[in-house]
Amino acid sequence: MSKESQHHNTGHMPGPRRHGGGFGPMGMGMPVQKAKNFKGTLKRLVGYLLPYKVQLISVFITAIISTVFSIVSPKIMGKATTKLFEGLMMKVKGIPGAKVDFVYIGQIILLLIGLYVLSAAFSFIQQYIMAGVAQKTVYQLRKQVVDKLNRLPLKYFDARTHGEILSRAVNDIDNISTTLQQSLTQLITSIVTLIGVIVMMLSISPLMTLIVVVTLPLSFIATASIAKKSQSFFKGQQAALGRLNGHVEEMYTGHKVIKVFGHEKKSIAKFEQINEQLYQSGWKAQFVSGMIMPIMSFINNIGYVLVSVAGGLLVTKKAIEIGDIQAFIQYARQFSQPITQTANIANIIQSTIASAERVFEILDETEEIPEAAAIRLDSPKGEVKFSHVSFGYAENEPLIEDMNIDVKPGQRVAIVGPTGAGKTTLINLLMRFYEVNDGTISIDGVDTRDMKREHLRSLFGMVLQDTWLFNSTIRDNIAYGREGATEEEIIAAAKAANADHFIRTLPEGYDTILNEEASNISQGQKQLLTIARAILTDPAILILDEATSSVDTRTEVQIQKAMNHLMKGRTSFIIAHRLSTIRDADLILVMNHGTVIEKGTHEELLAKGGFYADLYNSQFTGRQIGNVGV
Amino acid sequence: MLKITKFLKPFQLTIYLVLILVLLQSLAELYLPTLMSDIVDKGVVTGNTHYIWKIGGLMLLVAAGEMICAIISSFYSAKVASGFGKSLRSRIFTHVSNFSLHEFDKLGTASLITRTTNDITQVQQVLVMMLRMMVMAPLMCIGGIIMALTKDAKLTLVLAVSIPVLILTIFTIQRKAIPLFKAMQVKLDKLNRVLRENLTGIRVIRSFNRTDHEKERFNDANEDLMRTAIKVNKIMASMWPIMMFVMNITTVAVVWFGSIRISNGHMQVGDMMAFIQYAMQIMFSFLMLSMMFVMIPRASVSAARIAEVLETSADIQDPSKPVLPPAHKGQVEFQDVAFRYPGAEMPAISNISFKMNPGEVTAIIGGTGSGKSTLINLIPRFYDVDSGKVLIDGVDVREMSQEELRKKIGFVPQQTVLFTGTIAENIRYGKEEATDDEVKHAADIAQASEFISNMPDGFATMIAQGGTNVSGGQKQRLSIARALVRNPLIYIFDDSFSALDFKTDAKLRAALKEETAEAAVLIVAQRVSTIMDADQIIVLDEGKIAGIGKHKELMETCSVYREIVMSQLSEEEIA
Repeated sequence: MSKESQHHNTGHMPGPRRHGGGFGPMGMGMPVQKAKNFKGTLKRLVGYLLPYKVQLISVFITAIISTVFSIVSPKIMGKATTKLFEGLMMKVKGIPGAKVDFVYIGQIILLLIGLYVLSAAFSFIQQYIMAGVAQKTVYQLRKQVVDKLNRLPLKYFDARTHGEILSRAVNDIDNISTTLQQSLTQLITSIVTLIGVIVMMLSISPLMTLIVVVTLPLSFIATASIAKKSQSFFKGQQAALGRLNGHVEEMYTGHKVIKVFGHEKKSIAKFEQINEQLYQSGWKAQFVSGMIMPIMSFINNIGYVLVSVAGGLLVTKKAIEIGDIQAFIQYARQFSQPITQTANIANIIQSTIASAERVFEILDETEEIPEAAAIRLDSPKGEVKFSHVSFGYAENEPLIEDMNIDVKPGQRVAIVGPTGAGKTTLINLLMRFYEVNDGTISIDGVDTRDMKREHLRSLFGMVLQDTWLFNSTIRDNIAYGREGATEEEIIAAAKAANADHFIRTLPEGYDTILNEEASNISQGQKQLLTIARAILTDPAILILDEATSSVDTRTEVQIQKAMNHLMKGRTSFIIAHRLSTIRDADLILVMNHGTVIEKGTHEELLAKGGFYADLYNSQFTGRQIGNVGV
Repeated sequence: MLKITKFLKPFQLTIYLVLILVLLQSLAELYLPTLMSDIVDKGVVTGNTHYIWKIGGLMLLVAAGEMICAIISSFYSAKVASGFGKSLRSRIFTHVSNFSLHEFDKLGTASLITRTTNDITQVQQVLVMMLRMMVMAPLMCIGGIIMALTKDAKLTLVLAVSIPVLILTIFTIQRKAIPLFKAMQVKLDKLNRVLRENLTGIRVIRSFNRTDHEKERFNDANEDLMRTAIKVNKIMASMWPIMMFVMNITTVAVVWFGSIRISNGHMQVGDMMAFIQYAMQIMFSFLMLSMMFVMIPRASVSAARIAEVLETSADIQDPSKPVLPPAHKGQVEFQDVAFRYPGAEMPAISNISFKMNPGEVTAIIGGTGSGKSTLINLIPRFYDVDSGKVLIDGVDVREMSQEELRKKIGFVPQQTVLFTGTIAENIRYGKEEATDDEVKHAADIAQASEFISNMPDGFATMIAQGGTNVSGGQKQRLSIARALVRNPLIYIFDDSFSALDFKTDAKLRAALKEETAEAAVLIVAQRVSTIMDADQIIVLDEGKIAGIGKHKELMETCSVYREIVMSQLSEEEIA
């Protein structure tokens, strides 16, 4: 065991998640992420701590007191040893009546016990207070982030992966939490220890202090040069690990394809190659960073030897006392610990600030345009009108230009077009997930921007292909459509959606809990549940997605029936896949490349002989083209 | 944990070497205080400066020796740990590569990925720590006790009190804290889940105006987590101060009792100073050990997960004497085949008998769960039948080597998988030695040439991992081209046209017809329009064949088929 672990002030046990972080020089030399604006972010992060000013000040004070007490102790203990030695020397010299002054030593021992009790108590208080401060701060931060996310427009979410947002809201905040809990007080105690030890040593013997301090630059140079060297290996290791993980992920998810094309050997060969690279950079990184400990320990031991020798010599010259050597040995050991620790903490703080910066980036995103006036439609009829609407996701790439649509209450609008034609764009605009660039969309003659978003969205019911259900009971999932729905209403909605029957065949009925991926019911059943949910909302306008590609035919018929039931008397926008739906629609919107390229009824569009006619012919009479091809 | 230690065997010698080096290192470390006490007792007391210099020099040598031992042992332990990780990783990957779909279903793909990557890293890290500290801690502890005993046996009684106190403290606190740490992890997972649901369901949440409700859900989880975190950190707050206190008091006790013994002439001052250092070393080794005990359970969970993979053996093995079918025609025959997923109550498919001939198109249609995918997975032997036989050119697939069998098949899976690499490489995946012309031809047939030529680098365009830079329909076409370039005897298309728009679908099928004229083609589809021209349509319903025949025949004889057709086509199209 190395000596630098012997450190007499408040340290910490590694937390559950930061493996060995801040624990000795183990994590030394790993590359650190840096913040773009360190100062500003730090300032802002400190702002979150301000409400806990009193607690923080007490943490600082207790940390300082605790450290000071533990630093003073070796010197005091050295006095006991000196007294003992003096008594002994007198005995040796045969001075009559010479004996060890146990009263004095006893007093010192009692004083020491007192100091240690106080030091431990203050150290505990400091950690105890910090637990509350750190956790409450991150609680607040997490809350703010989620509140913020709720106010951000969909544009924000569509432009990012869920993983990225999650990583900021969870991992980054977690990182901040660990730092606040552990590293902050560590930094204080390290600095206090460093200064305190130097002061104490100076008070004993400036010459000996000089000897110890000589080893200081040595440790700095050693640590810095090794850390620099190991950093490149760590980077190599990280890169190899990334490639390895990528390969494993790809090979395992594509397992079937690899087998059927007989590529197992090739995939293993590639794996072995990356594995070898990982091994090469891995052991080097491990070794080089592992060298820090022995080297620091050696430098520390040089200090130890110098203290022993110089101390011994000085004692023989009566320049210092024997107890001073003992105290010095203890101080010298306390010396290198804070240095490595501070270097380590500096890294941790850097990565924490980088984390904080990413979190603050979320908090600084522009929010949805605030609501101005608030017109309510108390009995909505469902008339929808697009007039001169222009829209594009990016400023200079207009998708929709000067679009005019007039939908009467109760009409059915079919939206058709190839996959990726931008059918969701229309939904985004209708529900005001995105704002139009120009023109107006109005419902019953009221501009949607004059309504509160909340009210506007309550006019719509949505059944999308990607059925979003959450980890709770079936009842809760249906009831999601309307707050405060009664049991009877829920069951009635389920019945209307043809879902009641299958729900009752489940072991727990309506109390069946959908698991995390909702994989305990089938895709079709999920869709029925979302229909039930929409029925419960009783909206004036519907948005439906007919795509039922992964649903068996029987469920499909049921879904079809449920949808028809749902559409009765409501204005509906249907992302249509079924010929009958399209043909019976009051209006067909043909979309391609994000734009509405044609609109009209089935007959009108066929007569036009454009994209729709082409699509229709290939889609439903595909055999003809096939025959032509052969 | 024990099950994977056998992977350490090749490193046995190196590990012994590391142990010896660590032993030497510990001895050196333990020798230093003794030398220091000699300086005090023999040098300082007698004023012998020459002796002080001599011992000082010796101490430096010992310290240097210690460092060299430590560096060499660090070198070897790094090699052992990385080498161990490497061989374990390689073993797992090779092992998993031989898994059939059964084992993938059983353990889960995501879980297998974690086991091959994170779990091994975790175990490897613990191994490093073990080699560095776990070995040293007991050595230092025992050595420290021996040294303390030689310095003064009676004074060692102080340690007999403080060590149990220390162990008890660590034990009590850990016992309280560990369940809380676990609870905290569960709560963090919950927080994550709520947030993830919030992100995936954002459109639904906003359209149902349930933002406040979601906020509340998140806040509950958030508050719950905070409370537990505060609790656990408050408990942990007591750990270090108490331990430091025990150690300091031990020192004080040593000074007090030591003084008495020195005064009575039982020991020397230098011995006491050395004794204090030994006491510290002993107690710190206990601390180290206690940390190890926190880490070991974590690593053993990983180790158990890895061992589970290794213990799972692939249930599909090559026969000892593989048979090659005499003729290379590509005739596939199912003879009364039944298959049941392990643990399932009902067989997924049963009583399946049919024959498909070269030059014919066989189509399979049926609802989800009717067993379509299961059926076709039996041909390349992704699963083995429970009863009955699957024959290719008259030979049971179980009697062929898997490699030979799969060489005959061009398979287009339902879930399109592309690999990192260029488009050409992805197509060539079907046939490594394919010429550029062959690749281009396959892309032409698969209707992929047009979009490929529109890509920045054409055939040399890189596909990102998971194929995120191509659309679903484009992926499907590349996946079809990949099967085409193989030019196999048997084609299997598992719902491979679903992401294509009807126009492309029709063109593609027309082109395919020519290309696959000689081969046996099996198409699984949802759309009636895709399959109604097939030479033979097999209608599956709940794992059984509900009808076999041509479109017209089935319309008359098979009610399940009629039902499917009715739901998709209009009257005039049916006629």
